Amino acid sequence: MARAPQTLFEKVWQRHLVCAESAAIPAVLYIDLHLVHEVTSPQAFALLRERGLPVRSPARTLATMDHSTPTTTAQVFGGAPIAIDAAARQVRELEANCAEFGVELLGLRHAQRGIVHVIGPELGLSQPGMTIVCGDSHTSTHGALGALAFGIGTTEVGHVLATQCLLQRKPRTLAVEVSGRLASGVTAKDLILAVIGRLGVSGGTGHVIEYRGDTIRGLDMEERMTICNMSIEAGARAGMIAPDDMTFSYLAGRPRVPAGDAWERALALWRELPSDEGARFDREVSIDAAAVEPMITYGTNPGMVMPIGAHIPQRPDDATFARALEYMGLNAGEPIKDQPVNVVFIGSCTNARLSDLRKAAAVLRGRRIARGLTMLVVPGSQQVKRAAEAEGLDRVFLDAGAEWRESGCSMCLGMNGDVVGRGQYAISTSNRNFEGRQGAGARTLLASPLTAAASAVRGRVTDPRELA
Amino acid sequence: MEPLRILTSRTAVLPAANIDTDQIIPARFLTTTTRAGLGARLFADWRYDAQGTARAEFALNQPAAVGCRILVAGRNFGCGSSREHAAWALTDYGFRAVISTEIADIFRTNALKNGLLPVIVAETAAAWLIAHPGVAVTIDVARSTLALPDGRTVSFPLEPFAQHCLLEGLDELGFLLARTPDIDAFERRV
Repeated sequence: MARAPQTLFEKVWQRHLVCAESAAIPAVLYIDLHLVHEVTSPQAFALLRERGLPVRSPARTLATMDHSTPTTTAQVFGGAPIAIDAAARQVRELEANCAEFGVELLGLRHAQRGIVHVIGPELGLSQPGMTIVCGDSHTSTHGALGALAFGIGTTEVGHVLATQCLLQRKPRTLAVEVSGRLASGVTAKDLILAVIGRLGVSGGTGHVIEYRGDTIRGLDMEERMTICNMSIEAGARAGMIAPDDMTFSYLAGRPRVPAGDAWERALALWRELPSDEGARFDREVSIDAAAVEPMITYGTNPGMVMPIGAHIPQRPDDATFARALEYMGLNAGEPIKDQPVNVVFIGSCTNARLSDLRKAAAVLRGRRIARGLTMLVVPGSQQVKRAAEAEGLDRVFLDAGAEWRESGCSMCLGMNGDVVGRGQYAISTSNRNFEGRQGAGARTLLASPLTAAASAVRGRVTDPRELA
Repeated sequence: MEPLRILTSRTAVLPAANIDTDQIIPARFLTTTTRAGLGARLFADWRYDAQGTARAEFALNQPAAVGCRILVAGRNFGCGSSREHAAWALTDYGFRAVISTEIADIFRTNALKNGLLPVIVAETAAAWLIAHPGVAVTIDVARSTLALPDGRTVSFPLEPFAQHCLLEGLDELGFLLARTPDIDAFERRV
């Protein structure tokens, strides 16, 4: 009898079942790759120490530091002490834990260090069909390669360190079918913001999203990463895209992919992964890419988003909505275009890869940022930084008046001292506009690298198509 | 983990929808390397103003909220970051249960690992609880029910294995370690 058609997710799930689930007990799911960083791992290593347990599979574990690390060259390479004592302690603790438990660490001064969700794909560690976890909700990023990748808490980080497994209930599936051409000036960031606007911030809860359709197939790998990255902002722990020739050519030749015959064998397995014709999803949603415009958020969650030329909606009976606008200092019914901004941040696991920096640089070339505005450009990894410098992007940013930093999460969550001031407006290419996310009292507007760069030039919210 | 069987407490109510983990525990407090003491930072930017003075109007700063072990919150509580510090901050503060119509996936998982019970109820029960802050309710973990003071008892979904762990005060790591032969066999197979 022919096997029932399966989705990409179901195939990956099935291949990783150590023990199938029953009514009483969740599935024991095997984890191929565990990425570890300094903020969500110390208590997990402490748990292992308490119980006298080793790391079961050091070869499936890679650590790096990104969240609380400094981005000034003086602190990273110049010998200046890390300005925040507690952050310095976390860095030292990760170094000590990795040494004690035999885990490979791409440390602060390593040439391959970077944001964990940038370096996984960049090194070829993240591969189609894998299960990938990390103590970070944006682990969904790696789903762009056709992996089942999701964020976990620190207790589960400990479980994976000790057993290479997790207890999991099988999630439901949600197909997001995107068709049509994205217009000029409209990026993958605008598309995923539009998807989140459509689904709402909890529309994906309990589901794994598969992004499908001709628009998705036409995106390059970095654009696909931007899409999958923000799945969690719609509540979905994981977002996936079927691997195809774009995926395979992206991975070919990267340092951590299989070589020779092993590469051929891997390719053969990867080609079987895409959802079968007729595979059923628990839910399906369709999006018309041609109708998507440059998007911007106006509130305090990524679902409070609209086309950049629109007026902020009015929801007179919604107290949460009113509170969000009060925090943002914005008014219902008014446009957001031309709203003055104080800070522009180009960075984060959403939009700090080479293609993102190229987009921002294309807008800024030959221009200067507005007087009084602060602009931070923080590459996603040290490799991205060097590649950008090799093509002169650093000069474009510096000549425009922006700061060019070492890699890290930086102002996306402001743990390392890169913060937006109280009451200030920031246009940010990151993923969360929560209250205080970029600093206590900071007001975040999420947008694409094009919109962020265009707004930096004028010092106010600007449709990038006006500067094209 | 301390077993959780029956929990009776007055409720503290935060009616806002989409309370994210950045509100529950702001990122600047994540530089800690232990689990201890995070209760002092719970909802830091909602509890205290820029000068560090308690905001009297915030629900948890009101005298009636002292000692409450059950938090009632608006829809989609715990969305955003995977930081388990959010669950640690809530339990360190004294909460043992959170009631909402929707609770985000990663937070729900983290909560259960720390003996903090996520209770998902229908809109009618949630709306009633939000409208009546401070009422005493009883949660029965074995029956997965919530008893309201007006005599209503509503049931809530509770994953059977998580329920077992809560009732017995077990953590999952022991269970996973006992699967080592299966894990070994899986690794040989692939």
